[in-house]
Amino acid sequence: MTAAVAVGVLVATAVHLLLQRGQLRVILGFVLLGHAVNVLLLSAGGLRRRTPAFDGVGEEVVDPLPQAFALTAIVISFGITLYLLGLLRADGPAGDDGEPAGEDESADDRSAGEPAGDGDGR
Amino acid sequence: MSRLLVLPLAGPLLVAGLLVAAPRRRTAHRMAGLATTAGVLALAVVLLATTRDGTVLAERVGGWHPLVAIGFAADAFGALMVTVCAVAVLACLTTAATDGTDGDPLFVPLVLVLSAGAYGAFLTADLFNLFVLVEVMLVPSYVLIALGAGAARLGAARVYVAVNLLASTILLAGVGLVYGATGTVRFGALAAAARTSPTVAVAAGVVLLALAVKSAVVPWHDWLPRTYPEAAPVVLALFSGLLTKVGLYALIRVFAVVFDGDPAYHWVIAAAALLSMVVGVLGALGENTMRRVLAFHMVSQIGYVLLGLALFTAASLAAAIFYLVQYILVKTALFLCAAAVHAGHRTDRLDRLGGLAGAHPLLALAFAAAALSLAGLPPFSGFVAKFLLLRAAGGGGHWVAFAVAVGVSLLTLASMLKIWSAVFWGEPPGPAAASRLPAGVALPAFGLAVLSLLLGPVAQPLLGLADTAAAGLLDPGAYLRAVTGR
Repeated sequence: MTAAVAVGVLVATAVHLLLQRGQLRVILGFVLLGHAVNVLLLSAGGLRRRTPAFDGVGEEVVDPLPQAFALTAIVISFGITLYLLGLLRADGPAGDDGEPAGEDESADDRSAGEPAGDGDGR
Repeated sequence: MSRLLVLPLAGPLLVAGLLVAAPRRRTAHRMAGLATTAGVLALAVVLLATTRDGTVLAERVGGWHPLVAIGFAADAFGALMVTVCAVAVLACLTTAATDGTDGDPLFVPLVLVLSAGAYGAFLTADLFNLFVLVEVMLVPSYVLIALGAGAARLGAARVYVAVNLLASTILLAGVGLVYGATGTVRFGALAAAARTSPTVAVAAGVVLLALAVKSAVVPWHDWLPRTYPEAAPVVLALFSGLLTKVGLYALIRVFAVVFDGDPAYHWVIAAAALLSMVVGVLGALGENTMRRVLAFHMVSQIGYVLLGLALFTAASLAAAIFYLVQYILVKTALFLCAAAVHAGHRTDRLDRLGGLAGAHPLLALAFAAAALSLAGLPPFSGFVAKFLLLRAAGGGGHWVAFAVAVGVSLLTLASMLKIWSAVFWGEPPGPAAASRLPAGVALPAFGLAVLSLLLGPVAQPLLGLADTAAAGLLDPGAYLRAVTGR
């Protein structure tokens, strides 16, 4: 129930932000939406079982697969968030959002190199 | 043999990583990109030859337990898609080398990562890995669409990234819901799950919805004609060949495996298909640049492939697969023609061009062949594809779909004639338009057009493959046995 409420609140806030005009708000909306989906992924594995995976056996051991899903999703959304911030930097007037200069180049590099690392996330 | 399944994904990723480390070697980039793609193509042909008789190859990376292993599988459908996409990538890389698009040190590595994601998505046997590989494909596309940034291109990149990111998030949520409902995301264990349980049907429906957004199916098509034409012309050709096609492939695969082709949903897919056809072709009528017209036609053509899925018979699925394969070749050829025109004239606006047929006969021939194939005239491959689709629709008594498909074909032809008469026919609009194209820029497009011409009269080999692939979708037993390892 707690997870459902958390997902609901996160999605509602995210949708509100996505529908705003400012680019930065849209990016923050996507960040929140990503969090909502991560909570959803974790709750898909069941939230009652609390014993860490690979740390014992029995009914209480948590399902490691959704955790791996969420980890991969976090890595991907982190890279894309950086790229979006880079787009914002390339687009807006200089210094508008307090981003250091030259950020967009490195953001490009990181997003481009990201997928090679994603295979390990699983 | 099945070990090779990892290579189309791992090979280009590895090469891309190495190339990023040596950013100044332009010739090395070019050669490595072409060689890697040619290697994938050769491998894909081998896979195709192996799966031609209905064999399904499956591999679990590292031999882990099936529950946690990263699984890959190749049936005739997957191998066919890898092959044709490798051909399209090869043509795009060749054109990029002649018109100078590959001057950016990130271009070739990005294209390689993008294509690796696409090949991986065609070969994966797992819903979550499908999401990951679609992301592997999309992240480089986010950068490619903004490459060589102008204001319009950045604006398009913003819309493009926002729409695809939203769709990806919905896809991930769908995958999470499927896992919550079934406790697995492997295709092997999800077979027909949505047909027996309404909960799974809702969860997998979310996945299908996200894939439909990515494939630009009406009513979620608006982002495509708005953003694609702003990308660099060669990048656009690459996108048209790969991105939405992965979405379509995944739609077909998920519907065939997880829903087991449940007839209860056929009308939904059919409605989306017919709407896509009509909206796409009508939208193209009002546009005034080559790339915009062609981008709207992508929406329309996606409808044809979906119609084959909606009918869900052996004949219609074979028609859809044949259509998809030849359409990737034809559409890439058309966009490469637009890229060649753009490379010579710095514009592809219909009102600023004219008389190119006399100056560049090879380019004109390539465009004419590909355009006639897109409209579905004999003897091109597009005719065979549309004929198969119409026969499947007529054979099932779906006369509305039949009529719409014929009508849309006529409008497509009208649209192609509009481009032809504005760009290739008539007089050049002014002395300034003394046109010079970079040497050899039209050759890749011409090669693809010839391939399309060949697939018309010599359609039998591809037809046989499409039949095998359709049989595999209709009865996924062999696929499921291979991926579950039993």
